[in-house]
Amino acid sequence: MKTWKLSELDSLFAAIAAAQKLYIPADAAGQPAFTLWTPGLSMTKALNTGRSAKDLFFPQVENLVNFKVSGRRIQVEPGREEVEDFVIFGVRACDCRSFDILDSVFLSDPVDTFYADRRSHATVMTLACSEPEETCFCTSLGIDPQAPAGDVSCWAMEDTLYLEANTEKGQALLSSLPQLGQGEKPQTDASVFHRLPLKDLDFSVFGEKPLMDWFNSPVWDSLSQSCLGCGSCTFVCPTCQCYDVEDFDGGATIRRFRCWDSCMYSDFTMMAHGTNRPTQKERFRQRFMHKLVYHPNNHAGQIGCVGCGRCLQKCPISMNIVKVAKALKEGKA
Amino acid sequence: MQDRVMEKAAALLESGVCTRVLGWKTGEFFYDVTPAVFTSAEEVRTQMVYNPFCGPNLSKYLIAESRKEGKIAVFLKPCDTFSFVQLQKEHRIARDKVYAVGVQCDGMIDMDSLKALGLRGVTAAREVGDNLIVSTLYGEKTVPRREALSLRCRVCKSKRLNDCDEIIGEQGGDLPSDRFAQVEALEAMTPEERFAFWRSELSKCIRCNACRNVCPACSCEKCVFDNPGSGVRNKAAADSFEENLFHIIRAFHVAGRCTDCGECSRVCPQGIPLHLLNRKLIKDMNQLYGPYQAGADFDSKPPMLAFTPEDPEASIITNGRDGQ
Repeated sequence: MKTWKLSELDSLFAAIAAAQKLYIPADAAGQPAFTLWTPGLSMTKALNTGRSAKDLFFPQVENLVNFKVSGRRIQVEPGREEVEDFVIFGVRACDCRSFDILDSVFLSDPVDTFYADRRSHATVMTLACSEPEETCFCTSLGIDPQAPAGDVSCWAMEDTLYLEANTEKGQALLSSLPQLGQGEKPQTDASVFHRLPLKDLDFSVFGEKPLMDWFNSPVWDSLSQSCLGCGSCTFVCPTCQCYDVEDFDGGATIRRFRCWDSCMYSDFTMMAHGTNRPTQKERFRQRFMHKLVYHPNNHAGQIGCVGCGRCLQKCPISMNIVKVAKALKEGKA
Repeated sequence: MQDRVMEKAAALLESGVCTRVLGWKTGEFFYDVTPAVFTSAEEVRTQMVYNPFCGPNLSKYLIAESRKEGKIAVFLKPCDTFSFVQLQKEHRIARDKVYAVGVQCDGMIDMDSLKALGLRGVTAAREVGDNLIVSTLYGEKTVPRREALSLRCRVCKSKRLNDCDEIIGEQGGDLPSDRFAQVEALEAMTPEERFAFWRSELSKCIRCNACRNVCPACSCEKCVFDNPGSGVRNKAAADSFEENLFHIIRAFHVAGRCTDCGECSRVCPQGIPLHLLNRKLIKDMNQLYGPYQAGADFDSKPPMLAFTPEDPEASIITNGRDGQ
C-alpha cells in the first residue's frame, strides 16, 4: 500500500494541489468545513464537518441562467460555472455513501447535468474512522467506517497515512504522486465500534410493512410536537437533496439560481401549486418517510440515511432520525 | 431538583390544576432532551426528565399551547421567565391558561461546550461538587462544571423568576454580569476588523432559520421571508450582502423586545454568535435611552415604543459616524 508521513501531510496536500484544486476538512471560524486548501491550511481535529461533503457536488446556491432585460428584449446567458478537476480529501465513509444516494437521484434520467459535471470532475479521497462519536451509527446501515469507499481510501495510523486506489481515477491520482512510499498497513482495531451506543439500530423493519402502516402510525403527533420547522436537519444532512429555483430580480438583470429547500418549511413546494403540507406534523412526517420508506421503496431497499449523526448533534430540540426510527418500530413515542 | 420538578408535574396533573404539562422528554442519551407536552402523571413518571441539559426555552411554545383547551403547566428557568413576561406584554400568551412553575437554575450544561473541551464519544456525565465527571467511549475525564456551561449561562444576567405561580428553589435576583464584554471587544476593533469578523461568521450561515424559529421575539404567524406573496421571500442568500443583512435586520426587528435569552446562538448549527448582534443593540439602547431589560416587568415602556423630544437621534448621521 502507498504511504506518506502524517507529519508531512502539508507537503502531500501541496503535491495534489499543484495539479488541481484540493478541498480538505478544516476549521473555518470555529466550524469544520470542506475548505479549499491553500498553503498552511491544516486538517480539523473534529471527526467530521458541520455541513456534509455533498456541498461540493450540490452547493447550497448555484447559478443556473442569467437574463438581461433591455426594453422589450430579453437576453439569455448561461450562468453555469466552469468546473475543473478537483480532489476532496478526508471524506468519511458515511459521507462517501451519501454520494451513492445522491447519485441514485441526480444521475438517473433526466440527469442533473450540474451535479453530474461536478461528480465527473471530482476525485474522492476518503479517510477511515478510528475514533467515532457517540452519535455515529453508520455501521447500522451496512457501512464499514474503517473501510471507506471512494476513488482512494486512506487510513491514518500511528505516524503514517496509508493510501489505496479503488478506481482508475484514484489510480491516476496516486500515480501522479511519485513521492509516495510503500508499506504494509497494520490491522485496524474495530473494538470501539462494537461499543457504540447506537450500533444495533434496525432499519430493515421499514421494508417489512406496507407503506401506509408507517404513514398512519400514531407516533407522528408526539414526535413532531415540538419541531421548530427549521431546516437544520435538512441542511446538514448528507442525503437531503430538495431544491428550489428562484430569481434574484435586479430589474435589468435577473439571476436564476437554485438553492437548497427543506420539506420542513411552510413554503416548501408552494411555487408549484400554491399548497403545501398544512401542518408541521405532515412536513415532519414527509422528511422521515422519505428517508426510511419512500427512498428505499424506490431504490432497491437503500435507506436514505448514512448514520453520520449530524441531525443528532444539530437539531435545536434534539429530535432526529434515530428517535423517529425507534418510535415507529415500537409503535409508541 | 430533578425529583422536585417531576413530583410537581405529576401532582399538578393529578390535582387537576392543569390538564397538560410542558416539560422535557428523555432521549437516546443523557443530554438530548426534547420539549414535550405530557397529559398524565403516568407519562410524567415514565418519560419526563429534568436535568442540567434542559436548556431549551419553553416560553415560545406557550403561544400555541395557551390557545388550546384547558390549562397548561410549564417549567421555566429564570432566563425563560423574561421571555414569558415579554410575550405577555406583546399579548401573545393567554396568561390565564398557563400555570407557570419557576425553577431556580445553576446554569445549564451544553454539549457544544463539552465538545469544545476536546471530549469525543460522550456517553454519560455526573455532577460531583463543582466538577463534571464525563464518561466517554475512550475513558473518563473530569472537567470543571463552569467550563461545561452553555455560553449564555457564563454571563447569566439574572436568577429572578418573573411572574411565576410557584417557585421550586429560592427566588433569585439580578446578577452583575459582564455580558457586554465581547460587544466592547468588537467595538474596539477597527471597522475593517469588525467587518472581517462578521463576514467570517455570517458567511457560515446556511439559512436554516433555526435562530428565527426558536426566537421568542420572532413570533409572527408568517415571516415575510417565508411568504411567496411578500415580494421579499428569501430562501437563500443570493450574495454576501443578503447573507449579512438577514441577521442584522432580524436583530433590528427584535430590538427592545429581545431579552437576551441566547437561544439563537444555542441552536445555530454553524456556531455563529448571533446573540452578539442583539447584545450590541441592547447595549446601545441602554446608553441612548437609559437602562432597559425586556421582559423584566409589565409596566415599563420599551425604548423603541417610547418617544420623547429629548431622545438622541443616533440614527441620523449628520457629520461623522456617531451623529455628532
